[in-house]
Amino acid sequence: MSTFWSVWISVIVLGSILGCAWLILATRKGERFKDSTEETTGHSFDGIEEYDNPMPMWWLKLFWLTIIFGIIYLIIYPGLGTFKGVAGWTSHGQWSDEIVAADQKYAPLYAELAAQDPEQLMNDEEALGIGQRLFANNCSVCHGSGGRGNVGFPNLTDDEWLYGGSHEKILETLLNGRQALMPAWQDALGAEGITQVAHYVRSLSGQKNVDETLAQAGAAKFQQNCVVCHGANGEGNEAFGAPSLSDSIWLYGGTQNIVEMTLRYGRKGRMPNFEEVLGEDRLYVLAAYVKSLSQQK
Amino acid sequence: MSDRIPVTQIDPKAAGASLHADSRRDLETTDLYEKRKKIYVKKVLGFFQRIRTFTLYFFLGAYFLTCWVSIDGQQLVHFDLPERQFHIFGATFWPQDFTLLAAMLIIAAFGLFFVTTLFGRVWCGYTCPQTVWTFIFMWLEEKFQGSRNARMKLDQQAWSKEKVVKKGLTHASWLLVALATGMTFVGYFYPIRDLVPDFFTFSVVSGWAYFWIAFFTIATYLNAGWLREQVCIYMCPYARFQSVMFDQDTLTVAYDPERGEPRSGRKKSVDHKAVGLGDCIDCGMCVQVCPTGIDIRDGLQYECIGCAKCIDACDNIMDRMGYDPGLIRYATERELNGKPSRLLRARTIGYGVALTAMIAFFAYFILNRSDLVLDVLRDRGALYNTAPSGFIENSYLLQISNKTDVERTFQVEVTGALDFQISGKTTITVAPAAVASLPVAVEVDPETIQQSNYELEFTLVPDDMTSQAVHTQSTFLGPIAR
Repeated sequence: MSTFWSVWISVIVLGSILGCAWLILATRKGERFKDSTEETTGHSFDGIEEYDNPMPMWWLKLFWLTIIFGIIYLIIYPGLGTFKGVAGWTSHGQWSDEIVAADQKYAPLYAELAAQDPEQLMNDEEALGIGQRLFANNCSVCHGSGGRGNVGFPNLTDDEWLYGGSHEKILETLLNGRQALMPAWQDALGAEGITQVAHYVRSLSGQKNVDETLAQAGAAKFQQNCVVCHGANGEGNEAFGAPSLSDSIWLYGGTQNIVEMTLRYGRKGRMPNFEEVLGEDRLYVLAAYVKSLSQQK
Repeated sequence: MSDRIPVTQIDPKAAGASLHADSRRDLETTDLYEKRKKIYVKKVLGFFQRIRTFTLYFFLGAYFLTCWVSIDGQQLVHFDLPERQFHIFGATFWPQDFTLLAAMLIIAAFGLFFVTTLFGRVWCGYTCPQTVWTFIFMWLEEKFQGSRNARMKLDQQAWSKEKVVKKGLTHASWLLVALATGMTFVGYFYPIRDLVPDFFTFSVVSGWAYFWIAFFTIATYLNAGWLREQVCIYMCPYARFQSVMFDQDTLTVAYDPERGEPRSGRKKSVDHKAVGLGDCIDCGMCVQVCPTGIDIRDGLQYECIGCAKCIDACDNIMDRMGYDPGLIRYATERELNGKPSRLLRARTIGYGVALTAMIAFFAYFILNRSDLVLDVLRDRGALYNTAPSGFIENSYLLQISNKTDVERTFQVEVTGALDFQISGKTTITVAPAAVASLPVAVEVDPETIQQSNYELEFTLVPDDMTSQAVHTQSTFLGPIAR
């Protein structure tokens, strides 16, 4: 807030308070004729008389109390432009206090769960319930509320894992995130080479609509360029997060067009790390939940 | 409106002279605020006071005792804020039922309007907590400080040991009643069977419970002990807007001037009619008993809370004088003017119809309230995805609220224009009074998809068949097959 606006606000706030105080003082007294009755002030016009109905005194005192309250409030809490108030209260501070309090409250609970065996957690309805809520809040945007994935975001329910499906590996993924890299091959393979390799790749998972001659030609190029990561038979490699090409699970889609596109431009999948967001103990429970998704029948 | 204002000739000289005369009158400054004049209310016995005593016992009993009643460990009326569950006479209401509260408040408002139009301020006089607690406090005051005259004398006395004891006992008893009131109030939110022992051992879990007990204790003490009629006269909005519900057929506490005037003191032996006097002996008893300090003989006033103390006081005097009772009585304006009053009129019919309609609406919703709620949240992250089988899938999160106090198991089914199938779990068990979420994926053969979106309906079937299945609509999105 600039100095101008700070002064502007302070002047309006204090001006309003002083204005109210002035108004109370200025309207405190009225006039009446001495010879008038108890009930009227003696003012009359056109036969209309002004009644004398005073307000209760405690009402006046309440006015003063609100003014005193307002001034004390403005001293303690922020309200006058950039003045922070002597209590140093901020909404962010209140929020972080609540976070600290919540962490203190829930940390032992998660520590207790994190000390258990993953198998045990996967059979514990309550732990899975916690995992489900963590998943819904943090993971479902990309992976879907049921963990069934989306284009570019792996399905977590099929028990096929890019980086390994043990509880330990899933936890590692959650803690550190993952950065996948499929290079672009259009310069190395050329348009024709891309079509050939795509046919070959699709043949690996037994797709029917594959051109045999193109696939034959693609096989040689595959052996030359792709086996380093995807393996000789396209079985994939969990160390690089290279997907298996021999199953019907496709992260970006398995039609000729899409496989060609993947080959031509490459892919950069990214799983963010969640260590700072949730902490290791929560992720331990979450990993057990994610693992349990793939075990459902 | 059609009447013309008559033209009058004003003599400027005369008008000027009167203004001149005005300006020569002595002006003085007057305070526009006045100190409250303490009202000393005289005790009175009589028919309407007995009625109030009974209503007072009934409502206070209901207030102080209801919270102590527990059935199967469940407090009969318990507003459980941390759990967001409101237990009222065996039914459990959730925040989703909030519209019912609105309906109930509307019923209460129309009920009040209806009764006010017919019988005036009976609410104020007999049932309003402000009146009820003020009357309890006045009763305690009388017990410790004596009658009206004794209290007036005591207040004028210098501080003495006797005055300190009497005043101290009065305020201590007020504070005790106020504390009981505050604790009982909080007891509807924090189980009272825990609250009372916890309170006296300083082990109440929530700091807010202490705050609200203190708040209601102090508020009760100040309202019923110190503010009293000031609340009715200067704070209560109802006191001010009830005038719009009044008409000439509304029952009010009224003094019959035809019969009473001219008022004057007289000996009992005098035949007052012969000497041209009315029935009012101007004893001032009706003023002394009035808790708002007005003189009912001045006619209907907004300060009058309709407590009927003046009726009982005047009837007692009439009895002693050998006159007929009812110089001050419940009467309508038309009745005082010698005409019959009517019960059926536009206002009463209007309020009656509105009231009946709201009660019917409320009853309908109470009876049709489901103890089972199914909310379907379609995943927002994706339009659809393709399962390994090639089927098109949509993901949904089902939120199932079990409002009963038993654990229940449900079967989820889905129906729609296509052959929708749920892949994965379709049964879910929900704990008593809990909400559970079940993520489900609905899949369909892409060859059958003819349009980009379909309506589909989720059905939740309780395994125990104790309540009807509930249905919730949602949408299925998919690619049109080419």
